[in-house]
Amino acid sequence: MEHIVIIGNGISGITAARHIRKNSDKRITVISAESEHFFSRTALMYVYMGHMKWEHLKPYEDWFWEKNRIELKKEWVESVDFDNKTLHFSSKQSMNYDKLILATGSIHNKFGWEGQELKGVQGLVTKQDLELLEENTKNCKKAVIIGGGLIGVELAEMLLTRNIQVTFLIREEGFWSGILPQKNADLISKHITSHGVEIKHRTELDKIVGDKEGNVRSIVTKTGEEIECELVGLCAGVHPNVDFLRNTALEIDKGILVNSFLQTNIKDVYAIGDCVQQRQPIGQRKSIEAVWYTGRMMGETVAQTLTGNKREYNPGHWFNSAKFFDIEYQTYGWVFNKPKESETHFHWVHQDNKKFLTISYDTISNKFLGINTFGIRMRHEKFDTWLSDERSVGYVISHLKEANFDPEFYKRYEASIFDKFQKEYQVSV
Amino acid sequence: MENNMSITGDVPASLSIPQKAATFVGIAGLFILVLAGLNTNFPNKTVWLSISLSAITVGIIWFSKATYANKHEGIKNDGVWFKAISNRGYLAWISGILLTGFYIVLYFYPEYLGLVEKGDNTGLIVFFDPLSKLLSGGPASQWFVYGTLYTIAILAFGIKFIWKYRHNRYERLRTISVMFFQTAFAFLIPEFMARLNSDSFSLPYSDLKSIWPLNYYNFDQYRVDEYISAGNIGIALLLFGIASIFIITPILTYKYGKRWYCSWVCGCGGLAETAGDPFRHLSDKRQSAWKIERWVVHSVVVFVVLMTTAVVYSYLGDSSKGYWLTRDVFLIGVALLLTAIFTLVMVFKRNEFKKDARYGAIGYMAIILALIAFHYLSGKNLFLFDAYQLRSFYGFLIGSIFSGVIGTGFYPIFGNRVWCRFGCPMAAILGFQQRLFSKFRITTNGGQCISCGNCSTYCEMGIDVRAYAQKGENIVRSSCVGCGICAAVCPRGVLKLENDSMKGRINSKEVLLGNDVDLLDLLNQKQ
Ligand SMILES: Cc1cc2nc3c(=O)[nH]c(=O)nc-3n(C[C@H](O)[C@H](O)[C@H](O)COP(=O)(O)OP(=O)(O)OC[C@H]3O[C@@H](n4cnc5c(N)ncnc54)[C@H](O)[C@@H]3O)c2cc1C
Ligand code: SF4
Ligand code: SF4
Repeated sequence: MEHIVIIGNGISGITAARHIRKNSDKRITVISAESEHFFSRTALMYVYMGHMKWEHLKPYEDWFWEKNRIELKKEWVESVDFDNKTLHFSSKQSMNYDKLILATGSIHNKFGWEGQELKGVQGLVTKQDLELLEENTKNCKKAVIIGGGLIGVELAEMLLTRNIQVTFLIREEGFWSGILPQKNADLISKHITSHGVEIKHRTELDKIVGDKEGNVRSIVTKTGEEIECELVGLCAGVHPNVDFLRNTALEIDKGILVNSFLQTNIKDVYAIGDCVQQRQPIGQRKSIEAVWYTGRMMGETVAQTLTGNKREYNPGHWFNSAKFFDIEYQTYGWVFNKPKESETHFHWVHQDNKKFLTISYDTISNKFLGINTFGIRMRHEKFDTWLSDERSVGYVISHLKEANFDPEFYKRYEASIFDKFQKEYQVSV
Repeated sequence: MENNMSITGDVPASLSIPQKAATFVGIAGLFILVLAGLNTNFPNKTVWLSISLSAITVGIIWFSKATYANKHEGIKNDGVWFKAISNRGYLAWISGILLTGFYIVLYFYPEYLGLVEKGDNTGLIVFFDPLSKLLSGGPASQWFVYGTLYTIAILAFGIKFIWKYRHNRYERLRTISVMFFQTAFAFLIPEFMARLNSDSFSLPYSDLKSIWPLNYYNFDQYRVDEYISAGNIGIALLLFGIASIFIITPILTYKYGKRWYCSWVCGCGGLAETAGDPFRHLSDKRQSAWKIERWVVHSVVVFVVLMTTAVVYSYLGDSSKGYWLTRDVFLIGVALLLTAIFTLVMVFKRNEFKKDARYGAIGYMAIILALIAFHYLSGKNLFLFDAYQLRSFYGFLIGSIFSGVIGTGFYPIFGNRVWCRFGCPMAAILGFQQRLFSKFRITTNGGQCISCGNCSTYCEMGIDVRAYAQKGENIVRSSCVGCGICAAVCPRGVLKLENDSMKGRINSKEVLLGNDVDLLDLLNQKQ
């Protein structure tokens, strides 16, 4: 029986395993050193905040794996011998495979800062990071978070629940403004500040200073300001976790290079999820996409290929979501932080500054390109259809009601959005 | 006892000074009740009762204000699994034991509350006389004491709940609704109705929103006799009770799902959603619990149908009395009704029903066989049980032990909806309809789920919501009471409770929205 081995038990590896099992009888082994069972990485924060316990992070009960004949192995793969199709574990054991799927995920960035190895400096990506954070915040009063992105804001929210004062260093002008239009970024920055986080925009880390015992004492910014703290959260992005595969025949740039069938340059070796870099970026997507959904979709796709239904990885319209303290964010289609040529942004903001949206459209054809919605839930399916049908911005704005996904009885804002759009553009919609 | 099993350690979860003060006020109010229970002679009962009940109410409301008023609107679950009260710590066990003790005394040893068989009540019961006299004109009973405390709990903790979820209009409205139904229908109206009673006219105590089979005693002989002898009003109430079962309930459940009752109207649900809210995450989510749930709750349905049939049968006459509704007519009627329901389901809903069909068939067969047994063994004794013995056994086991002692007493250990989930026959019947003939569902928002688990954790009915959401599948579960909390806590806006057409309500998907459109079509169609 063909033996499919998957390195990595994250969303991409597990999705692949589940779908392969659905469609075939092949032997499946999933290897990970991080945790016994698949857990939701996106929910690490909730354990620290006491919303959930570790067991709640596991989307499947522990009996699920045996019942579905998915073998789990808790091992660290030290090296892969592609010629002999053999994996070598740090325990000195080894395992053979017929087909290999690399789903090794990401690790957090360190940019070679002075003091980045001090005790109390850490990222937040793995289960071990979470345990370390618990350790590092035992007697912590003040923390500095580096990097204004999705993980940074989660870490800020986490630390506040333990009454730790947080200073947030953000290189840009506003929170996540490499992705969000400035107007969105400003409002999110404002909201984060209103929770008691001190944000320092346009501020970069220069170095981290330690004490005699090797603990963090403070950080120094590029402008020379010193900020005392006992914890430094490194949240300036992640990169593919591929170091153990370098210096082999496997082609790697920043991530493992794959073609549109998620195949690497080596026969019978595939790669999916965060660790992947597309040789040919798909549409306007980045070549490395470290999000939950793309990992899942790659898993769904590669499973088809491996069970005799060869498919290209061809994701549909872009979508994503996040939550910044109390403000939920969803996006469908493309809204870039700075409109590209012949694109325009339409903004609407509710007076409470907690509900707002930005719609991007083409100024020449009036085609709707994408939406960022904050504090108002929208229907994925509706926007997916509108994007496929290439609806005009006028159509979308006048049909916005159909896309609303807020709970029943919630106040609705379509009329106000419609009015503002009409006033600004004086187009008849 | 379960200790903190999260991989992270404990955090200090101390109370602020206003929270402590509020707790003190509330407990002081309770303490007055304890003193009254110990037969302390209060000089002016009206004043002391008012002080006590106000202190309890004010304490709870003040506590809520201190907890939520100065925080941003939004989800407030910080530290839930760290606190001794909400993580099955020592506080949870203490409150569980005290509550359970209270229920045991209430149901089985009311004399300790001051009930005196012949003569005037004493202790806690007599302490409530001023309020009872004000409302119904008569002295208090242990049930009046219980009803008053129950109503206060729903009102005060209802305010707490509204504060906590003030950003969520669905939660606010639903809570105002249960607060209203409890206060008006369960508490005040029956007391006022009691004022109408005289020597020649008497209505049974009726809470109009309490429907059979939750109200399993509604068709007991003494009640039906009272209804009938009370003339038009009585007959109207009796007919309303029957219409509630066969007309009102099915229509509302078809349109809105069982939530119209379980989380907008019902008193048990009302207490669970308000006072029980801090314990909702303690429900057991394992698949094994779901299996047990289905067996237990459906057995209760079978039990209550049989018991009620036996009770009604026992007091109906035979054809010699000349009245059309005889024992035989009644039995045949019940059998026909069950057969009709069973046939309809099998004809129209076999696919949705799948494996459950077997259980349905077993339940149905059990009832029909028992009915036949009634008939042939006839007389008052069924399998050597007297119908009223069966009735009192049900009352003891299900009505008291299950719904009260376990259902409410164990809130801090098993969660707030144990009774609703495992025991309530009303919920089971509504759920059966919700699964098969209702427009209600929880819609999943395409591919947006990140499998975080908040929804499953905070589902008080122990539904593994995530299992559906992460597959892009709508949630159509008979036990869902439509509390809306899963949708509220979801950080990605994935869930929406809604009523929509029956078509495509139950959808299972191979590949989720967001992936290749062709693949999506290909695989999802193939299923
Ligand atoms: C705190 C946090 C919050 C996030 N929130 C969101 C969000 O809200 N939305 C979103 O879309 N995305 C979010 N993400 C990103 C998302 O979690 C990732 O994109 C996703 O988990 C990637 O899945 P994966 O299967 O590719 O890899 P991973 O989940 O990283 O799994 C890889 C696994 O492989 C194991 N592994 C690697 N190398 C080896 C080896 N040599 N031997 C053995 N095992 C090995 C690793 O230990 C790990 O367990 C978040 C990420 C973090 C860290
Ligand atoms: S599924 Fe959601 S709405 Fe239904 S009972 Fe559970 S939490 Fe409430
Ligand atoms: S809370 Fe929302 S995102 Fe999290 S598992 Fe449930 S549906 Fe998915």
